Amino acid sequence: MAIKKECVAMLLAGGQGSRLYALTSKVAKPAVTFGGKYKIIDFPLSNCVNSDLDTVGVLTQYQPLLLNDYIGNGQSWDLDRSFGGVHILSPYQAKKGSDWFLGTANAIYQNIAFIKQYNPDYVLILSGDHIYKMNYAAMLSAHKQNNADCTIAAIEVPTEEASRFGILNTNPDGSIYEFEEKPANPKSNLASMGIYIFTAEKLYKYLEEDALKKDTSNDFGKDILPAMLNQGERMFAYKFEGYWKDVGTIDSLFDANMDLLGDNPKFDLKSDWRIHSRNPIAPPHYVGETGVVRNSIVSLGGEIYGKVENSVLSDHVTVKKGAVVKNSVLFKGVVIGENSVIENAILDEGVVVGKNCKVGGGAQPKRKISVIGRDYVLPDKGVVEPGEIVEDKD
Amino acid sequence: MNALGIIFSNIHDNNVPELTMNRTIGAIPFAGRYRLIDFTLSSMVNSGITHVGCVTKRNYRSLIDHVGSGKEWDLARKNGGFVLLPPFGEKDSDTLYSTRLEALKTVLGFINRCTETYIVMSDTNSVYNIDFNKMLKYHIDSQAAVTLLYAQKDMKDVSGTNNVILKVDANGVVKELSVDPKVSGKVNIYGNICILRKDLLVSLVSDAIAHGKRHFIKDTIAKNLNAMKVVGYKHTGYFEEISSLQRFYNVNLALLDKKTRDSLFGVAEVYTKIKDSAPTEYGVNAVVNNSLISDGCIIEGEVYNSIIFRGVKVSRGAVVKNCILMKNTSVGDYANLTSVITDKNVVIRDRKVLAGCDELPFYLKKDLTV
Repeated sequence: MAIKKECVAMLLAGGQGSRLYALTSKVAKPAVTFGGKYKIIDFPLSNCVNSDLDTVGVLTQYQPLLLNDYIGNGQSWDLDRSFGGVHILSPYQAKKGSDWFLGTANAIYQNIAFIKQYNPDYVLILSGDHIYKMNYAAMLSAHKQNNADCTIAAIEVPTEEASRFGILNTNPDGSIYEFEEKPANPKSNLASMGIYIFTAEKLYKYLEEDALKKDTSNDFGKDILPAMLNQGERMFAYKFEGYWKDVGTIDSLFDANMDLLGDNPKFDLKSDWRIHSRNPIAPPHYVGETGVVRNSIVSLGGEIYGKVENSVLSDHVTVKKGAVVKNSVLFKGVVIGENSVIENAILDEGVVVGKNCKVGGGAQPKRKISVIGRDYVLPDKGVVEPGEIVEDKD
Repeated sequence: MNALGIIFSNIHDNNVPELTMNRTIGAIPFAGRYRLIDFTLSSMVNSGITHVGCVTKRNYRSLIDHVGSGKEWDLARKNGGFVLLPPFGEKDSDTLYSTRLEALKTVLGFINRCTETYIVMSDTNSVYNIDFNKMLKYHIDSQAAVTLLYAQKDMKDVSGTNNVILKVDANGVVKELSVDPKVSGKVNIYGNICILRKDLLVSLVSDAIAHGKRHFIKDTIAKNLNAMKVVGYKHTGYFEEISSLQRFYNVNLALLDKKTRDSLFGVAEVYTKIKDSAPTEYGVNAVVNNSLISDGCIIEGEVYNSIIFRGVKVSRGAVVKNCILMKNTSVGDYANLTSVITDKNVVIRDRKVLAGCDELPFYLKKDLTV
């Protein structure tokens, strides 16, 4: 018997994340910082390892440099394996020409050879832009129990937001009879989470058929899933209950960070379902005599002499004396100068704010998040208005 | 760097009996998230040493658990890397080595097989961040047979036994070596770190063993000061020995001073075992003042002038002052701790009041529930 893997995970990490503006000018969305010491991609990768899935292909395309560097050989997630492990899959040049990945389905199609190496029975498709903890092994059991060809993870969303998602209309047994991509008048509030398990042979079949079509956008949601439903394949929804957040916009990324705070946070990073990451090399953080830290989370290596409230601080952040950081998210290495005030803002890695600056502000008619891009230096007395996005031009 | 590192993980265990009950001195927790051996390993790795042998004797389970394959120090290698050297009990003999010299004898086979020209030897009872390249250059430039690293200290800051005091002349040549002499004031104390050629070490050790000698410094170095050139290398950066529980307490709390902290951590990176802890959460009523807080903690109460290790919980209303709380210590609601050192997994129940004083911190051993 040839060696094989029961299930191979394919993680779509090529998205640009243009709605994160300055935060994704230089990095792909999955490499954006979250929750102090994590990158967004740590969540699906950790879910894989915690679900005993040890073979993961990561499909990159947009600004892959930092992402590739971050993933490395996968050691941080225990995914440095001699058979299996994590593999970066970039667009490549083949004998018959080369293509960028055209759509989500095309990206997988171009890497069918990678999947087939492991001769899997099932293929799990993931995306690299959601924050959640999920046991994919349980979803796989459901897939097998239903004798399904495709299982789609789904979550109930507020009815008024349902038209932003792909909506699944299901029978009482969980089988799907209709799939609507961003419907104007949704019939249900069960939204696809963009997490699919396919029986491998069916996936190959539909990807190959799709690749021959002219009028296709090579997309799972728009093309592959409807085609399978039309052909009467067995498709099931797998209902997920728990915290799940698409962090594709500045506001949702900000809100998801705020969800980590409080005595009973909406999303708890501390649990047995551990999120693995590439850890910073740094001593513990220091809170000085003048420092105040309340209702916040703080990573290693920082020095806090000012006031930090309702905020998320990554490693090596310095908040100098007299500075106030309120309702804000500071990425790695940010420095806040004396007497500067930061409120409702996200500051990307390496941002240096001078003395007596004002970044963002409180709730005017509506809360607006200010963003400062990577390595930006804000001179003394600088001002960044609420909702303003500033970054280096290059 | 063309040098092999040799680390002794057990020597000096007796100086801190409280903390070495369940571990070697090299595995003593330090500065919120480190073990003493991290400083030795990191300095070696940052100096370009890629082959390190670690001589152990007993109680080394926690050390193995901590260092593992050595991957966090980039020492999981096909060639070289981290090599644990457990005691080699000889056939028909129940006794293990009892001195450094005997320990070296049992690992001569390992040393002989190594291809490196020089050897950097270090104990793990001290905290430092040293560039050994500079020390090796000094060793080569001064055409020394043996170079001993020393730091200038006041005798009132020196405790424990087996302290070696150096007398050096104007050219840095060591003129006298004495073990635990009765002296006071400023002294040059040997840092238990030395550099010499591999072939010299092998012949010194073989020779001394053949003549029934037992003590490395007294019998091989001090006795040969006239026969070979032994120089002292003065280290002026951060260097602290953990030679008693009191020193452990003082040296840890001294890191609350930024200058001191930077002189240790600002030189080069210090690596340690990764635990993937979440960042620390501060509650709505948390008060933290002049303290070092590691990852994975929950701080709901008040913490002053303290060092808090990974995974510690300080519950609401609790007050922690001048304390060192090791990994997974849990402090109950409204408990009050002053000058307390808790070892790993200590649980302090609600409203308990415990106090030591600065000159005599109160130590709670591992896994204790109070």
